[in-house]
Amino acid sequence: MLDVAVAYNRYKFLGEEFLTWLWFLIDEHPAILRKTDPDLTSLEIGNRMVLLKRHKKAVEKITVRGENAGLEEAMLALQKGALVAELNLVYRSAELKWQFTLKGESLNLSSVKTPKIAPPQGPEDMEGLVLEKIFLYDKILQFLEKLYKTFIKIRLSNRWHNRETSLMKKWFRAAR
Amino acid sequence: MSALSSSVSMTRYQVDGKLETPILETVAAGLNKHAIVEIDDPSLEKVVGWTSFEKPYHPDFGGSSFVYGKFLVFSLRIDRKTIAPKLIKKHMVLESERRLSESGRPYLSRSEKEHIRDQVMDRLFATVPATPHIYDIVWNYEDAALWFFSNLKAANEVLETLFLQSFDVTLIRMIPYTAAFYASDLTDTQKDTLLELTQTPFTG
Repeated sequence: MLDVAVAYNRYKFLGEEFLTWLWFLIDEHPAILRKTDPDLTSLEIGNRMVLLKRHKKAVEKITVRGENAGLEEAMLALQKGALVAELNLVYRSAELKWQFTLKGESLNLSSVKTPKIAPPQGPEDMEGLVLEKIFLYDKILQFLEKLYKTFIKIRLSNRWHNRETSLMKKWFRAAR
Repeated sequence: MSALSSSVSMTRYQVDGKLETPILETVAAGLNKHAIVEIDDPSLEKVVGWTSFEKPYHPDFGGSSFVYGKFLVFSLRIDRKTIAPKLIKKHMVLESERRLSESGRPYLSRSEKEHIRDQVMDRLFATVPATPHIYDIVWNYEDAALWFFSNLKAANEVLETLFLQSFDVTLIRMIPYTAAFYASDLTDTQKDTLLELTQTPFTG
């Protein structure tokens, strides 16, 4: 087990490969996402994507912002060797919508918005409200944890180099 | 109650270690021992401690008030005095001018300047109230998982230190490596592969 501070810098790329793979799944294999979470109706790219191209000590950053923003520039960055460093995602389950940003290097979540819940009518409602909110957070965290486990199993197997990376390269080259 | 806000930030942790039983009493003891106290030393810049989720300005962990179903919910409070750099500069200049005028000398030595700075900081810290910063925590004891509602590096570091001091168990931040190592049920061979892993060259 490595020291966490050392591991943070050493394995930034792993989180960024995860986000890049996740975009690939959203585009090409949404069925795998639904298999991971049967409650999932859809997972879409949200209003922000950041890509980083690291080369020795130089880092090139590309940011795509806005609802329904075109991702051509982001795809072009992938073709040039960048990885997805931050990804805003919209998770839908039936009529409910979650939106959040996932950062590759830390796997931290920010701008997490869950479906709205009714405000408490009094102090006696507080426990129920807190538990409902926890349930809503847990829903997307469980999904992300399962997805990351699936990614890690593939990433550490021969399948990653023999199959997955070829399919991913084919995907972003086809977007030319 | 940042956890109930319309938009939140979250850092995920795994709790490494076993608490002494009975668990709720151990947690309550840790929370009470390190509960936030108001700054009574006027020269103190910062105090940190646990506080209640629902009443962050009146910490009270009696009667399992921090238990919500199977979750333990409480908050980290960091009370910090902050002084604007321009205010420090203003008081430094005024004090330096006063001393030069009194002594009739054209300049102050480095040690005199440092002394003035210390005096100014002490005086300002004594007059400035501390601003409370509250970060919520949800701890699922059964799953050894904890959510901290902030991504701020300094707040996360305070949490990790205070948690160890309070409960004698370690928080492991779920970053790409630890999330793979701890939470992905890897075999020893897979863990070895993880240690050797390098970035995939997608170009070429």
